[in-house]
Formats: sequence, structure tokens, C-alpha cells
Amino acid sequence: MTGLLVDGLRVSFDTRRGPVHVVDDVSLDVPRGATLGVVGESGSGKTTFGRALARHLPSNGRVLDGHISVDGTDVLALSPRDLRAWRARELAVVHQEAGATLDPSMRVGAQLAEVLGQQDVARDARRDRVRDLLSAVRLPDPDAIARRYPHELSGGQQQRVVIAAVLAARPSLVILDEPTTGLDASVEAEILALLEDLRRDLDATLVLISHDLGLVGQICDEVVVLYAGQVVERGAAADVLTTPRHPYTAALLASAPTFGVPRRQRRLLAIAGTPPDPAAPPPGCRFAPRCAFADDTCRADSPPARVVDGRTVRCHHAELLDLTATARPGADAPVPRPGSLLQLNGLTRRYGSLAVVDDVTLDIAPGEVFGLVGESGSGKTTLARAVMGIGPRPRSGTMRLSGNALAPVLRRRGRAVLRRMQMVFQQPDTTLNPSHRVRTVLARALETLDGTDSVETLAARAQLDAALLDARSTDLSGGQKQRVAIARAFAGSPDLVVCDEPVSALDVSVQAGVLEVLADERDRTGTSYLFISHDLAVIGYLADRVGVMYRGQLVEVGATDDVLSGPHHPYTAALVLAAQRRERRRSATPPAQAAIATGCRFAARCPHHLGDVCAEQPPPLRTVAEGHQVRCHLPIDQLPKGTA
Amino acid sequence: MTAVQERRAVAVATGVAAPPTARRRRPIALSVGAVLVGGWVLIAAFWPYLAPYDPQRQHPTLRFAAPSGAHWLGTDQFGRDTFSRMLAGARPVLEIAPLATGLALIAGTLIGLLAGTCGRWVDELIMRVLDAVLVFPAIIASILFVAMLGRSVTVLVLVIGLAFVPIVTRSVRAATLVERQQPYVEAALLRGEPLWSLMLREILPNISRTVLVEATSRLGDAIFAAATLSFIGLGQQPGSPDWGASVSDNRAYLQNAPWTVLSPALAIASLVIGVALVADSLRARLDAR
Repeated sequence: MTGLLVDGLRVSFDTRRGPVHVVDDVSLDVPRGATLGVVGESGSGKTTFGRALARHLPSNGRVLDGHISVDGTDVLALSPRDLRAWRARELAVVHQEAGATLDPSMRVGAQLAEVLGQQDVARDARRDRVRDLLSAVRLPDPDAIARRYPHELSGGQQQRVVIAAVLAARPSLVILDEPTTGLDASVEAEILALLEDLRRDLDATLVLISHDLGLVGQICDEVVVLYAGQVVERGAAADVLTTPRHPYTAALLASAPTFGVPRRQRRLLAIAGTPPDPAAPPPGCRFAPRCAFADDTCRADSPPARVVDGRTVRCHHAELLDLTATARPGADAPVPRPGSLLQLNGLTRRYGSLAVVDDVTLDIAPGEVFGLVGESGSGKTTLARAVMGIGPRPRSGTMRLSGNALAPVLRRRGRAVLRRMQMVFQQPDTTLNPSHRVRTVLARALETLDGTDSVETLAARAQLDAALLDARSTDLSGGQKQRVAIARAFAGSPDLVVCDEPVSALDVSVQAGVLEVLADERDRTGTSYLFISHDLAVIGYLADRVGVMYRGQLVEVGATDDVLSGPHHPYTAALVLAAQRRERRRSATPPAQAAIATGCRFAARCPHHLGDVCAEQPPPLRTVAEGHQVRCHLPIDQLPKGTA
Repeated sequence: MTAVQERRAVAVATGVAAPPTARRRRPIALSVGAVLVGGWVLIAAFWPYLAPYDPQRQHPTLRFAAPSGAHWLGTDQFGRDTFSRMLAGARPVLEIAPLATGLALIAGTLIGLLAGTCGRWVDELIMRVLDAVLVFPAIIASILFVAMLGRSVTVLVLVIGLAFVPIVTRSVRAATLVERQQPYVEAALLRGEPLWSLMLREILPNISRTVLVEATSRLGDAIFAAATLSFIGLGQQPGSPDWGASVSDNRAYLQNAPWTVLSPALAIASLVIGVALVADSLRARLDAR
């Protein structure tokens, strides 16, 4: 039997409250050469499942029961010595944090050579093999990369090196644990393309663990959906992710924004409630408390895994349910009012000599949601912070709020201005004071911002359960924390709320709820948002207008539909392509640490490169249509069009 | 290929890092420390009931008596009971050290919070002033202070407390700077919380671990400092049973009557070690959280 076979796997953690079953009765088989996707929210047990496959559980974790076999090797029966040999020869794990996997004190080439040594590659042949491997993962100038230390590489490059190590090790089982989370959309697309090659070249079984349904759908043959440690649905990826038979799978799909589908067309549906406490799962179906279709049978009896419609489903009613009903019709969004709320003119912010935000000019209307996209390092967060009056000095350019000059530093802004502008931060874990209770957080905000609502009203508007008001902020889930942060921002009826990646650290199902709270607040109060995200689907869902940032410059700005469907800037085109199909980019390798050219900043990566003019002359800001501007040398009729 | 290299190669290929080992609690260290500290605190409070003799009463006939059933730890040059003097000597130290620590802690925490929260030139000014204070040798400063103000518990508390302020300030400032970057503090700034509220309401509760660890570490140091000052004659009035003074008074007789020196010396050591054990366990416990 080749491939991966897991039968009745149960894993528990010993905790102070007794054993907690994190993986409960998971069975699956994947033939060699196929790719299995494991999806689920955080806490679903997917990471523990991956670690159990490697037999690498934390010290308090135990495999209670079950069987794991990889190409006929009974992994759970291996002696420590054999296990080590097996891991070295047959197993590879790619983690989210590639930087933490690589030895910081060793040159990249030497680390790869060590892996080759394990494969009994002769010493003098290793250098050539290392070069081959690094070019196989499409790193530019492999010889130079081999001499670098891991910290001298970007996150995407580090992940490529790890993948090169996987190629070198030629394992039969590769576990990829969120390999692209934290990478930018365009880099993610490249890593994904690599993974697909890897799968073709390696003849190994790939297990991709991810919370990202789109990612799994793109490269996996089979998929298992985990919920509270159990497989709720398992089958061919094409079936499960298009016509789900389990209510949870359907709800997950309905909660993820789709690229190019705005809120006017289809509203996201958050999954109510939270996953069960793993120490005390509900008696019947574990999803029953959150399921719209649950009846008494569901709440009383645990459903068996059954084969329905070509896949395994753990649901009593899998045949009967019409899951299309989970889609929600679109909402009427208010139209932005005429006039100008926030006006930035030639805004520049520098760290030393580097202009992180370079000459940005934009206008946000009252009641408008202005989406700002760009990869990390593009300056979008610095821009947001500059608007709020925090962040780096050397500054130039002007800001106006409703026509009145806005002081560049917070200290010089009066209370009236503070009240009109608030911010929602990215990291839920640090956004609330860990020593305060929710009630304190909201009460302080109401007091300092002269809010007129009660703490209870404020919480209810953010769909926060009143019972949570007396909880410590550290006891809340990520989604709950972000709701408190939103409630706090809205305490004083602001005119502008800057949202810096407010949902990027959240699970898909939770993300939908938080996005809806933001959308509802806008609908009710007519507040404007400067909404920052690296996720085009999220931006497209919420924003009226979009600005695209690249290396500190706003390369394109226009109405959401115009920007997303094109004609648009070649960089926007790359982002759209990555979001749409997560397809490999046409351009070959990205340049090695491209210096900022005198001309267009995107020139070195641009597939539409015109030659010297792009590299040498700053591109003009062309007006494509009313209110839609693109900073590019290409004539308007030659700008890339959307493929939607 | 060596075993280490091999392991590393496996780690690269498999991406498997060592699992985090559960942090060991040290209940023994904590209980030993607590017993030592608690014991000395009780003795300091109740020594008049525990001491077999009056620590000041002289016995001209019983000079340098060796330890015996009557005098467990012998007697000193004036025939005073060493054991009773050791018990009585706990009080001055345990009066001065906690008060001095409290002073250093309150002042250091406030100054550190101020420096860390305000940043910029306020921070720069405070830290440079503290650098200047630290450059000045503490012992010489103490001698000057005591010479100017005279000997008293208040002066000793002030001298030791102020000497520790810069140390506490540095730790608190460092912790404050970390918290200062957190979005929750920025959110407070963005809604216009006043400075005192930022410092005391937002940041202080979240650096309480640092303050607690500082408290225990500085307490140990303060005990040592109090003993040192009394050793060099800046402590209590001459003839008091104070530990530092006792070591100093009897050090000439170390060869003939070692008990007169060893008793107070071991008393100092046991108290300092007790505090250090409590401090370490506390720190380990807070870090593990």
C-alpha cells in the first residue's frame, strides 16, 4: 500500500483539566503523489493532526488510538531510532515561519548541503546540486543566495529555500503547515506554483494544512474538513468545495469573500457562535449548536461518518439539506456623500532617506469606504498611521479634514479632531489592554471621546454579547477582541475610521462577522473608512474606491469595479491574477533585491516592461476614466485588462 | 558527519524543532526561601520573647565564652550572648531594607513610567541625570549623606532607597518602552487619554511583573546594603546588635572566637539567600505564565 493511510487516529493533550481530545477519530487515505488539503478554523485540530503524522507532538500530547502508515511504514510503531531515520529519509515539514526553520548561524548553501549529505550525495557534487536546487525553486542568482544567511533573505525567499531542502531530501510525505500564511499575495502565488511543481517532481504525498479554502481548492486533489477534532467532510476537493454536503463546509464557504463579489451582490454570512470547548464537546453533533439546520437528533446523537454523494460526511441530514440557502442576498450600501472628508496632498513620510510613503495624494468622501491594497512594505500602514498623526518624522505634504488643515502630529490635534478620527488595529491580541475588562475599555472610550451611548448599546452594536462585558480582554477570542476594538473606535461617533488589516489575523468564519459589523456601522452612521488590506477579495467586498500602493507610491486609484476589472496598472493586474486564480505569474523570477530605480518602481517585475523608459523615467499619472488614475508609461489602450 | 550536524540536517529537512519543554516549577526553592525570610521576619518582630538573654547585658566574667548549653552561640568580648544579639540584629535590617526598597520602587516606577511614556527629550533628560547619579560611587555618597544628616533609620532608608532608584527606573523604563509600542497604548493616545492615565491606568498594570521582580531583587540588595553600611560604621549607634556592626566589631577576634563573627555573617547570608530564592521562583513563575 503506497501513500498515506490514517485510521481512527485519536490524539489527546494532558492538561490541568484532564485529557482533552484534540483529534478525534480521524480516518483518511491518500494515494502516493496526491495532495490532501486539511482545512478548519483555528482550534479545529489541524495542526495537531499534522504533528501527529510526523509523530512530533508536544510533550503533553499523546496518540491514544489509531494507525498511521506511510508507504507501508507503521509510523506509530517505529522505535525512536527508526523514527529518526524515517523522518530524515521520508518526511519533510514546511512551516509557516520559514525563518524559524532555518539555522540562523549557517549559510543557506551549507544547510542544503547537509541535507544532501543525508542523501549520501558525494561531498564534491553537493555544491552543484545546491545550485540546481536553488534554481529549481526559482531563486535568482543561486550562487549568491547560497552564500547568504537566512536573515539576509525575504520571507518568500526563505520559504523557497525550505522548499529546496524538501526537494533535496526527496521525502515520501511532505507536510505543509500554512506555508504561505503571512506572505504577500503575489509572493504566495509564486510559492504555490512552486508547490505544484514540487508535487509533480517529487512523487510524494503532500498534506497541506490551511485555513484558506481558496488555496486548498487550487492545489489539492482531496480535502478533509476538520471541526472540533473530527472530520466533518472528506472527498474530492472539486466536489467538497463547490457542492458541500456538510453544513459546516457550506457555512465556511459562505463566510469567505469571493474576489469580485461586492457586498451589494452577496453578503457574507458569519457562522454564529464559537467552536466548542475541546475539553467539553457537546453531546450530539459537535457543530449542532452553531448549525442552522440542527434538530433534536443532531443535539442528542453524534452522527456517524457516512458516504453521501461520493464523499464521507458526518451529518445526520447530509442527503436532505439544501445548503444553497446559506447564501445571503446583497445589501444596499449608502452612496458616499459629495464633498471631501479627508484630503491628502503630496503626503510623504521617510525613515531615514527611504520614503516609505512617497507623494501620496488622495481624497476620501464622507461616507466612503476607501480600500488601500498593496504588499507588506508598500507603505500602506505608514500611510494610515500618518493620517492618525503617529509614525515617523521627516514629513512633508498636507492633510485636511473637512477642509481644515490637520496637524501632522497627534499632540497638536485638538480633542474635537481626535473624536472625529479613530483607528482599528490589526493584531487582536494587543489591541486591547490585557489588564482591563471589556467594560473598562468601552467606558474609557466613551468618557474620553464624549460618547453618548451606554456601554451596553455600544457592545450590542458590535454584536458583542452583554455577558462578555465583564470578561477580561485576554479571555476573549480574536473575533471578539476585534469587535470590542470596533466598538471602542465608534464610541464617539467618528467621521473617519482607519482600519489597518482588521480581519487579516482572523479565521474566515470570524472574519465575515467582523466585516459585517464594520459594514453595518458604516450603513448606520455614514462613517468613512480608510480600509487597509492585502486581500483583494476583502477590499472588493467592502470598498467603494480602491487605491493600489507599491513601494510607497499610489500607482492606481479609482472606483473599485474600474480598478479590479481594468484596464489597470500591471501591478494591479498581477494582484488580480493572484487573487483570481492564484495562478503562477507570467514573469519569471523576481529580481534580486531590486534597487529603487529612477523610473517606475514596478519596472523590474513588470511583464509589460517597455524598455529603458520604464527603468529611467518616472511614469506619468494617466487618467483612464473619470476618477480612475494609473501611474504607468503604457498608453491607456495597452494597459492590461481584467480577465474577469 | 557529526551527530550535531546530522540532527541539524534532519531539522532542516523535516522542519521539526525541539518541542517546548514544560517549565519546571521549583516548589522546594520557593518553600526554603519563604521559610528563611518568614523566620527572620518573625524573629525581628518577636525577638524580645525569643532571646534567652538581654542582648546588651555585659558579663565581664564571661568574655569570649565558647558555644555551650547556656550560651548556644557563645559570648563576645563584653560577655554578651551572641545568639540573643543575632536575633535582635534582625530588626534594624528588616526595618531599613523593606522601607528603602519601597522608596526605590515607588520613585523608580514613577520616573521609569514617565521616561518611557513621554519619550523624546523627557526620557533623554531623565536617563542622563540617572547616569550621572550612577557614576557617583554609592558608598562615598552614603558616607557624605550620613555625615551631613546624621545617623538615623530615616537617613539610612533615604540613602539606600535613592541609590536604588536608577536601577528600578531602568527596568521599568525598558518594560514601559515595550508596552508603549502596543496598539492598546496607541489607541489610548488616539482617544486623548492624559499622561497620568496612560502611565498608571494603561501601562502600569501590564508591567506589574517587572515591578514585582524588581521588588524582590532590590530587597535582597537592600539587606546587603544595610549590613554593609552598618559594617563601615554608618549604621546604628555603636554597640547595637546590628549584624553588620557585629561583624565589624568582632572581626579582630575571628581567630579566637569565630562564633562572634560567623553568627551575624551567616544570619545576613541566610536572609539574603532566602530573599533570592523567593525572587528566583517568583520570576520563573511569572515568566512561565
